[in-house]
Amino acid sequence: MMVAGPPDSHRIVITGIGLTAPNGNSPKDFRESLLAGRSGVTPYEIRYVGATLAGVCRFDELKYQKKKEVRRGTRAGSVGIYCTHEAIADSGVDWDHLDRAQVGVYVGVTEHGNVETENEIYELKGFDYDTKFWSHHHNPRTVANNPAGEISLNLGITGPHYTIGAACAAGNAGLIQGVQMLRLGEVDLALAGGVSESIHTFGIFASFKSQGALASHTDPTKASRPFDTRRNGIVVAEGGCMYVLERFADAKARGARIYGEIVGYHMNSDASDFVLPNPERQAECIERALGKAGLSPDDIDIVSTHATGTASGDSQECQALRRVFEHAPRTLFNNAKSFIGHAMGAAGALELAGNLAAFDDRVCHATINVDELDPECALPGLVTNQPREMQRARTVLNNSFGMLGINSVLIVRRI
Amino acid sequence: MTTTDIRGAVLEILENIAPDEDLSELKDDVPFREQLELDSMDFLDIVMELRKRYRVQVPEDDYLELRSMASTVAYLEPLMKDT
Repeated sequence: MMVAGPPDSHRIVITGIGLTAPNGNSPKDFRESLLAGRSGVTPYEIRYVGATLAGVCRFDELKYQKKKEVRRGTRAGSVGIYCTHEAIADSGVDWDHLDRAQVGVYVGVTEHGNVETENEIYELKGFDYDTKFWSHHHNPRTVANNPAGEISLNLGITGPHYTIGAACAAGNAGLIQGVQMLRLGEVDLALAGGVSESIHTFGIFASFKSQGALASHTDPTKASRPFDTRRNGIVVAEGGCMYVLERFADAKARGARIYGEIVGYHMNSDASDFVLPNPERQAECIERALGKAGLSPDDIDIVSTHATGTASGDSQECQALRRVFEHAPRTLFNNAKSFIGHAMGAAGALELAGNLAAFDDRVCHATINVDELDPECALPGLVTNQPREMQRARTVLNNSFGMLGINSVLIVRRI
Repeated sequence: MTTTDIRGAVLEILENIAPDEDLSELKDDVPFREQLELDSMDFLDIVMELRKRYRVQVPEDDYLELRSMASTVAYLEPLMKDT
């Protein structure tokens, strides 16, 4: 497994994590929920769609924002601000004496602006669609960089900030952008990850429903069930996860605790369909990420799958995984969406965070709600319903795929 | 609306726009900006809320009339007396 790696200045490590998930508002609480089989999916109502299910976060927005900031900004902004503060505190970096012009903010989003646009149109209806009642807050709330911009405003970061729009591959894409900017020397510290406010737009629920891809179940905690024969779609969730990324040399110099090194990544495109995934391109994406990391499939200890609980998507990802990991009998596979639903732009970042603790406790969390495993999803190393102790936990490979055929894979190795 | 009612209406709008501020000590003759953390977007909020809640249209040329509670109430009195 040892390969000649890049110089320390090109090795990028994770030194801080901050998150909010429907079943935990810190990496520790989230991990505990994943090991305890605790779901974060609850009954939920949203205008026009009515009663449905969602993964809802319950973090304290006012921990790091004034009421006025919350009122003026967006939910995605609040999620990002909470996660970023928590990540910085977790990293132990000397924030007060840091050159904030050398800090970059890279936030993955699936979509942004739908929530505020829907809200404004709803308000405007009460004024017979007279646009002089349209809010002056609409543009700053809906510009695509909003969630990252709110982080920079709140924390006084004067380096670059922007979002990376990458559908449900966005969490990984945010991290990849951070890695690249550190390697290019554009910044000295990257705050990177993904956020989602998607449960506050009725459109996403209605669209999945029209597509026949919105999950339903009498027991909300059973609704998100990737790989199970009775899976019937996606549970939409909100959430966020931001990481502090640094060059290994800098982290080592300040004696930082290092969660792991991002040793490989890749992004590619299916170029085949608006919504249907493409197992061949997914497999290629995984293989190229492995290639960049100088690892073979057998070197991967945990694969955090993307599977969302749709009929075709899960089995197609399993096709890709079978192809790549055919000769990797020790590799385990799990899934965090079965606990929290699909946190969209935050999904990849959150799912990675849920697995990094395995480097310390050598336990692979499960994918829950597998009552009857779909034979098409029966990967030999799939960890169903109960966590599994591992002989070895040194690498996590994180899959995140999205609409329009966007694929992202990230590999983290323990140091 | 009476003068007192109008003052109450403006205060309600301010409570919404500046939720972190203590408005109990607000001095009517002192400009809002000297007492509260208000920026241009907040002033536009006052204008928008007057429009939404009371259908009062404040033209841009008159924005300066909204600089303090006293000047705002004086400006709004003829516009809101029949509200």
